[in-house]
Amino acid sequence: MVDITITVNGTGHSLSVPDNTLLSDLLRENLRLTGTHIGCDTSQCGSCTVELNGRAVKSCTVLAAQANNGSITTIEGLGTPNDLHPVQAAFRDNHALQCGFCTPGMIMTAIEMIKDATEPLSADQIRAGLEGNYCRCTGYQNIVKAVLAAQTQLRSV
Amino acid sequence: MTTKTGIGASVLRKEDARFITGTGAYTDDLSLPGQVYCVFVRSPHARAIIKSIDTTDAESSGGVIAIFTGEDLRSDGIGDLPCGWLVKSKDGSDMLAPSHPAIATTHVNYVGDIYAMVIAETIEEAKNAAELVEADFEVLTPVVDVATATTADQIHENVPNNQCYDWELGDSAAADGAFANAVHVTSLDIVNNRLIPNAIEPRAALGNHDAASGSYTLYTTSQNPHLERLILAAFVNVAPEAKLHVISPDVGGGFGSKIFVYAEETAVIWATAKVGRPIKWRAERIESFQADAHGRDHVTRAELALSGDGEFLGLRVKTIANMGAYLSTFASSVPTYLYGTLLSGQYKTPAIHVEVKSVFTNTAPVDAYRGAGRPEATYVVERLVETAARELGVDPAELRRKNFIQPSDFPYATPVALTYDTGDYEASLERALSLAKYSEFAKRRNESEANGRKRGIGFSCYIEACGLAPSQVALSLGAGVGLFESAEVRVDVTGSVTVMTGTHSHGQGHETTFAQVVSDKLGIPFENVTVVHGDTSKSDYGLGTYGSRSLVVGGSAIATATDKVIAKAKKIAAHMLNSTEEQVSFDDGIFKIPDSNESLSFGEVAFSAYVPGDFPIEELEPGLSEKAFYDPANFTYPAGTHICEVEVDPGTGTTEIVSFVAVDDFGTVINPMIVEGQVHGGITQGIGQAMLEHGVYDADGQLLTGSYMDYTMPRADDVPDFIVDTTVTPCTHNPLGAKGCGEAGAIGATAAVMNAITNALDVKELAMPATAETVWRAITGD
Ligand code: FES
Ligand code: FES
Repeated sequence: MVDITITVNGTGHSLSVPDNTLLSDLLRENLRLTGTHIGCDTSQCGSCTVELNGRAVKSCTVLAAQANNGSITTIEGLGTPNDLHPVQAAFRDNHALQCGFCTPGMIMTAIEMIKDATEPLSADQIRAGLEGNYCRCTGYQNIVKAVLAAQTQLRSV
Repeated sequence: MTTKTGIGASVLRKEDARFITGTGAYTDDLSLPGQVYCVFVRSPHARAIIKSIDTTDAESSGGVIAIFTGEDLRSDGIGDLPCGWLVKSKDGSDMLAPSHPAIATTHVNYVGDIYAMVIAETIEEAKNAAELVEADFEVLTPVVDVATATTADQIHENVPNNQCYDWELGDSAAADGAFANAVHVTSLDIVNNRLIPNAIEPRAALGNHDAASGSYTLYTTSQNPHLERLILAAFVNVAPEAKLHVISPDVGGGFGSKIFVYAEETAVIWATAKVGRPIKWRAERIESFQADAHGRDHVTRAELALSGDGEFLGLRVKTIANMGAYLSTFASSVPTYLYGTLLSGQYKTPAIHVEVKSVFTNTAPVDAYRGAGRPEATYVVERLVETAARELGVDPAELRRKNFIQPSDFPYATPVALTYDTGDYEASLERALSLAKYSEFAKRRNESEANGRKRGIGFSCYIEACGLAPSQVALSLGAGVGLFESAEVRVDVTGSVTVMTGTHSHGQGHETTFAQVVSDKLGIPFENVTVVHGDTSKSDYGLGTYGSRSLVVGGSAIATATDKVIAKAKKIAAHMLNSTEEQVSFDDGIFKIPDSNESLSFGEVAFSAYVPGDFPIEELEPGLSEKAFYDPANFTYPAGTHICEVEVDPGTGTTEIVSFVAVDDFGTVINPMIVEGQVHGGITQGIGQAMLEHGVYDADGQLLTGSYMDYTMPRADDVPDFIVDTTVTPCTHNPLGAKGCGEAGAIGATAAVMNAITNALDVKELAMPATAETVWRAITGD
């Protein structure tokens, strides 16, 4: 067992978990934050993406122990239905989701992509930036549209 | 009425609020107090006799609660997983269906076939114990190749030649006559590659048994919870229907793969009573690859007979379809009634004959995957037509135009059992040609050539049959269930409305589309309509979602129930307005009588229905809640034209889709935004089949493409922006005029892409997926 202290969506937690616990399991099972989804076991779908210390990471590929003393934002920590994060709102406004399963990971990836960009991203750059996230429903076109729209809004503030 | 939220408006989706905030509730997000975890032990062999299973070590492993084998289920009276469609061979005999136990007892027949289940306190403990289950297998030579399966070793005791059925449709003498008169014959050998559906949410189940009442609750990733319940009750004998409650909560995509009743949820729900604890299972992705029903996998020889001036005279098709190791829930219907019947396409081909042999192999079961049979049919027809145009040196658009069924020909009875109600194929083609700037293609091709690149263009004028089907027709053709849909429109005291549907949404946005239909018809705010689905205790028995049926059948049921609400409300309003039912008009939520300023809102009438002071209580029951079961009068026939343009780098074989146009006729469209999204997603899956995806088994029956590292699905940078438009000929036989849109993209796109690539390379045939390597080999002749 390993003792872990982490901050998730602004709330501190101290807990003891088996050494091999994945960050995704800690979030989903221990903290019951089930918005972070599990779509594969080979680190390829991106459904589990969260922000760890300011970086988007695939939480299925990070040990909980590696996140010790870290600060995490999950999809649940972004906005509420009445006060959405601009990327959340852009996904809704551009019909960038269908079944919604890939969506939390897509949104977390998009936020980091926009944050990291020094120049406005082109559609092609956004497509390249979404390389680590599978969506089987949307065909990506509306996701790209949503990221473009969100970036316009986020860069103007 | 077309308002900001009514029929025809691109309303933002109600369901999105929970999905974008991470508060959706998918099966694996749910937990029950005291739940334990299940891991399935799966065969590493494609074909083997189970000589013995030793669970001694596993049972003493930490945290283990129980280990069950197939014998445990069998001795407890648990039946086989059934196939719900009985297809007959051309000699009139019934198809041959092998026994399909949820957990194998005597033989394992594909890699991933389950032979034991382990239940433990934690998932880790269950996995550890699963490693310790010892089976003694006698490994047999597997049957893997579909084309030679009928002459290979016999897999199932009761299935000689591994042949499920040998089916035919159409008039073979007429087709032979057409070929005897042909001036030109185009023929193709076609392999429709095996696909693995891969919804991003893996399948999952959470079962619970309540000992006091003897009832079971199953949460599972199903596209059709009522069918799940019916099969588990009536065929598998888990529990009587009344004691079985199935809930299909938020589901993360299905594409057909979550229609079927699988071994895993069957074993889970059965075992909950045995261990007296709730049990949870979620597939790992490798299990999705190994044990979700796969799609397509046909080998076909097809020939088209033409007259001297390019008229289609006849079509002959011979297909071998892979069923995999066992018959999945609807497997038998896919290469027959959903395939052979579509071979007329958009054309007036007078004579068609198709033969389909379905065979068993030691691979995962194959069943419906987005489009189910219709993409395979479209691929045959549209590859043939394009090839014929090239062989005859005529414009492929012109050859199609010449052979199209014309608007004046409807209703049009094809030689393969369907009667198309309406359509305008030329309208979609012309619109697509203009959006694709077809007249300038030659110029673009020259420019590409000047840059050392090969450019090609390809068409696909597809048709599909959706909204399966009049129940009596389906039943007479072997279906085991009716194919109507249920709806209940329950008006609340204050005039808001709850709609119960037997369909299920796993990405399609029904909570929005259906609310648009009801709010439009009742003239009440969109926000005041709530749609409920996915729970057998809430909705009447319905058939779920697949085959683009939800709006055309389910939406029609909702429209019909809403009309019943309006009819009753009119009677109430007549009483309240001191008038007669005939005098009362209802428009935009207001009841009126002629020559009077008096009117009533829908809410006022609803209130009176439940607080019946001013109410015709002698003639009418109080309340305002109506049900409908809608049985379709015919299939619907969405159709359209897809045009794909590609550029190939001859040095590397890399193919880029430079333009993709889809013009579809879905009849009346309720929410254009949602429809466009469905088209985008479908096209992407169609492109995936053409260029990237292939489920491959080696000669030993090992699945070589068992992870996202080996099975390639389209990522964001593999596809372009699509140009999407619609033409509209409303369906003539349902109340909404809708035809369905969920599968069209996947049906049309594949042939358009392959026609474009073969055009660029100037080759007749090219195997899918046309990866860079395949394309490069075709160019270099390597
Ligand atoms: S679950 Fe983490 S990448 Fe798929
Ligand atoms: S919306 Fe379903 S996987 Fe992306």
